[in-house]
Amino acid sequence: MQDFHFTRPDDLAAAGQAHQASDDGAYMAGGQTLIPVLKQGLAMPEDVIDLNGIADLSGIEADGHGITIGATTRHASVAASEAVCQAIPALADLAGRIGDPQVRNRGTIGGSLANNDPSADYPAAVLALNATVVTDRREIAAEAFFDGLFTTNLNEGEIITRVRFAAPDRAAYEKFPNPASRYALVGVFVAQTADGVRVAVTGAGQDGVFRAAEMETALADSFSAGALDGIAVPADDLMTDMHAAADYRAHLITVMAKRAVARAAATA
Amino acid sequence: MPDITLNVNRQAVSKTVEGRTLLVEFIRETLGLTGTHMGCDTSQCGACVVHLDGKPVKSCTVLAAQADGAEVKTIESLAPEGEMNPMQRAFHEHHGLQCGFCTPGMVMTAMALVAENPDPTEAQVRHGLEGNICRCTGYQNIVAAVLDGAKAMRG
Repeated sequence: MQDFHFTRPDDLAAAGQAHQASDDGAYMAGGQTLIPVLKQGLAMPEDVIDLNGIADLSGIEADGHGITIGATTRHASVAASEAVCQAIPALADLAGRIGDPQVRNRGTIGGSLANNDPSADYPAAVLALNATVVTDRREIAAEAFFDGLFTTNLNEGEIITRVRFAAPDRAAYEKFPNPASRYALVGVFVAQTADGVRVAVTGAGQDGVFRAAEMETALADSFSAGALDGIAVPADDLMTDMHAAADYRAHLITVMAKRAVARAAATA
Repeated sequence: MPDITLNVNRQAVSKTVEGRTLLVEFIRETLGLTGTHMGCDTSQCGACVVHLDGKPVKSCTVLAAQADGAEVKTIESLAPEGEMNPMQRAFHEHHGLQCGFCTPGMVMTAMALVAENPDPTEAQVRHGLEGNICRCTGYQNIVAAVLDGAKAMRG
């Protein structure tokens, strides 16, 4: 790994300044993706700016409408949070199945979203729950946040500070994990609210997380696994890689969506 | 280069490290605590698991500089030299290892698991060990060891 200058600022302004002062600065949250990337030489920043020294970036708050999760909150904290389990149990369940226990003790929601790995779990929840990504500069609606593989709407130097989720009436996440990495080969998050049903798919799309519109329409009509009979996302825009072909992923999307709907229907 | 001060196995340590120094490198090479193993170096295998502020982490995927101010516990902290704690004894009694390379990480993960859940089910043990890979045993004896070690630690 190429060496870099390491800093751990204790507030957002100092972090932003450190980034601006660097020719090539990288923020680090949990480091569970960035450290492997640095080892492989896929990124060789001059400065690594650790965000874990900024106290207000971590923590979970509940209000009458939902949950707000600080950007450097670990997956394990979200999974174990009573507030999250009560307001959005599907979100706690998702967090508790990311990676493995050690990854969940380091990885963060802000890091996962900023990285926007096409096989990460959190993007499915953020898109299906229509969450708001709050940064040090503005608020970004989930729909506008994700912008293709490993790409987001974040500007240079912009830092995610927290993510705001409204509680749905019912929701569930089901994934078919890659047995080695535990990344989602396909993951489907289904959420029903007063405004309708949203179905977000991760692990499968060539451009990352996406919504399955035809499934949403069918489920708005009848929120049951049977409503998805005969509905499949076309394989054309799905990924083919060493783990699975596009048509297999297309098949898995319907299977995972049905399981998620059945589970959400059973919990309400 | 960052100066770091941390507590390792109940002893204060102050050193200067490179930004890129991994926690596992710091533990093994700077401190000479070679019970923590570096297996895959890609966050998969879990041979390098240590406790960072009480939580199990893969020390190949944490920078030493990030552990500044933290409390680190390695496999060496579990029992005095030449002795075994109940979890280590359970691994020994159940033959929960063959080559032994993964064992320090397995034991440290198991210790964290029972600290959080003193009476785990077999399914909970298997879920808890998902981040630790053993290429010898097929896991049966490891799972039996963790269940029995948990029982012994409950007393």
